[in-house]
Amino acid sequence: MSEVVLETHGLTKHYGAFVAVDHLDLAVRQGEVFGLLGPNGSGKTTTILMLLGLTEPTAGSVRVLGFDPARQPLSVKARVGYVPEQVGFYEGLSARENLIYIAKLNGLRRGEAYKRIDTALAQMGLGEVADQRVATFSRGMRQRLGVAEVLLKQPQLIITDEPTLGLDPEAAREFLEIIRRLKAEGITILLCSHLLHQVQAVCDRVGLFHRGRMVLEGTVKELARQVLGGAYRIQLEVDDAVSLEEALRRVAGVVNVRRSAPNTYELEAEGDLRAEAARAVVEAGGRLLSLNIEAPGLDEIYSRYFQQEVEHGTAA
Amino acid sequence: MAPQLKQTRRERVREGSPWTGLWAVVAKEMADYLTSVRMLILELLTVLTAAGTVYTAAQNLRETVGQDRFLFLKLFTTAREPLPAFVGFLGFLVPLIAIALAFDTVNGEFNQRTMSRVLAQPIYRDALLLGKFLAGLFTLALALTSIWLLIMGLGILGLGVPPGGEEVARSLWFLVMTIFYGGIWLALAMLFSIIFRQPAAAALASIAVWLFFTVFWGIIASLLAQVLQPIQFGFIEEELAQAQLEMMLARLSPNTLYAEAMVATLNPAVRSLGLVLPVQLHRAVLGAPLPLRQSLLLIWPHLTGLIAATVLLFALGYVLFQRQEIRA
Repeated sequence: MSEVVLETHGLTKHYGAFVAVDHLDLAVRQGEVFGLLGPNGSGKTTTILMLLGLTEPTAGSVRVLGFDPARQPLSVKARVGYVPEQVGFYEGLSARENLIYIAKLNGLRRGEAYKRIDTALAQMGLGEVADQRVATFSRGMRQRLGVAEVLLKQPQLIITDEPTLGLDPEAAREFLEIIRRLKAEGITILLCSHLLHQVQAVCDRVGLFHRGRMVLEGTVKELARQVLGGAYRIQLEVDDAVSLEEALRRVAGVVNVRRSAPNTYELEAEGDLRAEAARAVVEAGGRLLSLNIEAPGLDEIYSRYFQQEVEHGTAA
Repeated sequence: MAPQLKQTRRERVREGSPWTGLWAVVAKEMADYLTSVRMLILELLTVLTAAGTVYTAAQNLRETVGQDRFLFLKLFTTAREPLPAFVGFLGFLVPLIAIALAFDTVNGEFNQRTMSRVLAQPIYRDALLLGKFLAGLFTLALALTSIWLLIMGLGILGLGVPPGGEEVARSLWFLVMTIFYGGIWLALAMLFSIIFRQPAAAALASIAVWLFFTVFWGIIASLLAQVLQPIQFGFIEEELAQAQLEMMLARLSPNTLYAEAMVATLNPAVRSLGLVLPVQLHRAVLGAPLPLRQSLLLIWPHLTGLIAATVLLFALGYVLFQRQEIRA
C-alpha cells in the first residue's frame, strides 16, 4: 500500500451552532484520485479550507504531506495546488501576468518562473492566448488557467473544488481528461464535486459526504455492491402484455425486478446476466426487443443510500 | 526538560515570516494602480489644480518679490479669486484620492474570486493586507512628490528666484505630512473595504466619514463644548476652558490636525496653535519667523496624531481581515 499524503482524524468545524464538518476521518494515498462528493452545503469547501490552513478546525487533526496546515501553512501551501470553485483571475491582466504574480508569491526565480509558465500554459492549451486579457476567457479556459497556475508550483497534491461546475459537456470532458493526465504524472488529486456522474469516471475512490459526515467510502463498485446490492442493472424491452416479472425473478443471481413501464423491465443483478435474462424471457413466451446493461452511477448510489437511510430511520 | 519546552513552543508558533511575499504584493498592486484609468484621472485632476493655483499665486506674488524671505512657501498658501490656495485644494483632494485608491482593495479580491486563490499561495494574510496598504501609500507618495516637484519648478519659472534651503526643508515636511494625512484615509477606505462586500458601499461609507469631519465636526465640537463646559458666570476661566475643550474636540478630526500642522509648517510666523493670552505675548516679537526646529516642535503632536490614526485604523482592519472567512 502506498504512502498516505493526506490524513484527517476527527476533523470538526463549527460555525456557531452549525456543524459544517463532523468528525471527518479521511485518508488519501499517494497517486490516487479521490473524489469527495456530496450536495452543496455538505461541508466540502470547509474541509478544503481546513486542509490548506485557511480556516482553523474546531477540533481534530490534519496532516497534509506530513505537515500541519494550521501551524505550517507555508510548507503546505507551497506543495499543494488549489483550484477553487469558479476560479477567478485579475480580469485586467493577461493570463501570463496573472501567473507571473502567482510565481512571485511562490518565490520562484524569474527565469525559472517564465520557463514554468510557458510550459504550464502550453500544457493546458493556452499558449496561443497567453497574452490576452483574462476578461476575454471562457469558463473552461479559466478553469484550465487555474490548473496551469497550480502546475507552476509542481505540486504533489492538487485540490480542486467543483471543477466541472458551469462547464459545457465538452469542456467538462476535457477537464476530466486533464485530471487523468495529471494522475498519470503521479500527482495525487482530491476532487470535490456534487456533479457525481461527471466525476465518477476519473475517481479511484470516492467518499460520499452528507451534512458534514462521510457516510460512504470506497471505489464506485464497492459502493454499488454495498448500497444497491447488485452491481449490474439490466434493462429489457419486450413486446408483450404478459407479465414476465415472475420468470425474471427466478433467474439465479437476480436481486430485484421492477416493471418500470408496461413493456420495460429493470433487473438488478450480481453479475452480467444478460444471456440468462434473455433466455428466461423467451422461455416464458415473451418477445425480446432490446437488452441493455448499465453500470450503476454514483447518482443512483447516493440517492438510494439516502432512501434506505430514511426507510430505516437512521438518517440524521 | 528545556529542549522539550522549546519543542512545544516551536510547534505553537507559526512557521516562517508573516511578510513572506510582501514585496510581490506591493509590486503587483502598485503596477495595477499606476496603470489604472482611475489613477490617471486623479493625477490629471491634481496636476490641473496644482498648475492653476500655483500659476495664480505666482501672478500675485511677483509684485512682492524681494519683500518676503519665504516667498516660495507662499506659493502653496496664497489664494486668488476665484481659486482657493493649493493647500486648500489638497485638504479635500488628498482624502478623495486615498479613498478612490483603496475602497475596493479587499472586497474587490472577493468579488473577482481571486482571494482564495491568492491566499492558497505560500503567504500569510498579513503580507497581503500590508502589501496592499503600502502599495496605496507609495502610489500616493509618488503622486504627491511629483506634484511637489511640479510646484517647485513652476515656482522657479514664475517667480524667477530659487527657493532657499529652509523653504525646501519646510515644504518637504509639508509633503511628508500630506502623505500621512492621505494614509489615514487610505487606511479608512481599506477598513471599509474589509467590512463591506460591495465596493460602492465601502466608497460611500468612506466619503460619509470624510464629509462628517469636513463639514459637521466643527459644528458638533462647538456644540459639545458648550454643553460640557457651559459658561455660567461669565468668568474668563470658564470661557477659556470652553475654548480649550472645543479645540481639543476639533483636533479629533484629521482635517483639523492636518490644517493646523500645515499652517505651522508653511508659515514660519505662526508661533502657537493653541490659545494665546496677552500675558504670554509680553515681549514677543510678533511676525518674526520661527526657526524650522521650533516650528517642527509645534506640530510634533499633530504629526504623531496623524501617524497614530493611520496605524490604529490599519490595525483595526488587520484584526477584522484576519478573522474573515475566506469562502465567498
